[in-house]
Amino acid sequence: MNMPSPAPLDPQSPAAEPEPSPAPAPQQTRPSLAELFIAFATISLSGFGGVLAWSRRMMVEERRWLTPEQFNEAYALCAFLPGPNIVNFSVVFGSRFRGPLGGVVALGGLLGPPVILVIVIGAIYAHYGELPVLRRMLTGVASAAAGLMMATVAKMARPLFRNRAVVGPLIALAVFGSIGVMHWPLPLVLAVIAPVSIAYAWVRS
Amino acid sequence: MKDLGGTLATLAGYFALMSLFAIGGGNSAVPEMHRVAVDVQHWLTDRQFSDSFALAQLTPGPNVIIVTLIGYHVAGVVGALVTTLAMCGPSCVFAYFVGRAAERFKGKAWHAALSRGLIPVTLGLTTSSATVIATTSDYNWVAVAITLGTALAAFFVRVHPLWAFAVAALLGLSGLV
Repeated sequence: MNMPSPAPLDPQSPAAEPEPSPAPAPQQTRPSLAELFIAFATISLSGFGGVLAWSRRMMVEERRWLTPEQFNEAYALCAFLPGPNIVNFSVVFGSRFRGPLGGVVALGGLLGPPVILVIVIGAIYAHYGELPVLRRMLTGVASAAAGLMMATVAKMARPLFRNRAVVGPLIALAVFGSIGVMHWPLPLVLAVIAPVSIAYAWVRS
Repeated sequence: MKDLGGTLATLAGYFALMSLFAIGGGNSAVPEMHRVAVDVQHWLTDRQFSDSFALAQLTPGPNVIIVTLIGYHVAGVVGALVTTLAMCGPSCVFAYFVGRAAERFKGKAWHAALSRGLIPVTLGLTTSSATVIATTSDYNWVAVAITLGTALAAFFVRVHPLWAFAVAALLGLSGLV
């Protein structure tokens, strides 16, 4: 059970927690730079919308680089940082095992292949974007994507409304009104509303 | 090719700032991307924006690569790279330092308040993103039906995004949208 990671997110590595594990003890290993790059490139290219599920499967189940608890903690951290969650995750994960360079390599693996791919797609779109068939297909996909986001909103909103909260829904409504309806600048809106929301959560606790 | 440097600097400035305000994931910044790229800078039309969004969804990888498409549209391959780096750079540096310090603030009360306080904000932002995308695509009643149908399906059963996109693309192909 060697865990030579410089800054483990969870101090209680499985070594410290003698839980009754199944026969072959989950041996944690430390990825090399090349492994980091390949792992995140694979996650990136196999993850249509469901990047989280893929990264979990690879990090926890296949490669055993993280315990389930460590994965959850790292992911929760990345979800409340600004920026795309999986992008943050690649940096936090890579740098945890291989320092700053590991972070850069993991990020490169995650973004490199799709960026090249999407530039090719952008070039094709620049030529054929006006074709009615393509336009109609893309409109269909955008409509479906909007629907997926609405479902996400509804799922996220459930716990917020469950305990007859008033302030939380009001804050969500205020953000929606200023960004979604009024189209005000994001930094300005967040500079006002985010501190209020965090202060309220702080007072409540 | 007039003033490419200026254009690149504008791209970098807007997206670097956006990077630090994309709370709750890449899709939270979609309304701000639309505001900047369509309303303020007139880089793209509404339709080109919603097309870019759809293409980014269809490309494997993080959805944030919509910014790569916006950058490509504005200033070619260099624009694509500059915009992608600007959108990911600042938040990645931030994530790097917070990730290293995570040990120290774990379990602190303000940590919990921070994440709880950001939930309603994320909720409002995601709602805005859905609205912006829904209102920028060429809309007719079939598109509205696709949006509502997908929303209901994804809410009540687990739907893999690819299936939803495939069905929606086919409906588009059939000429109904």
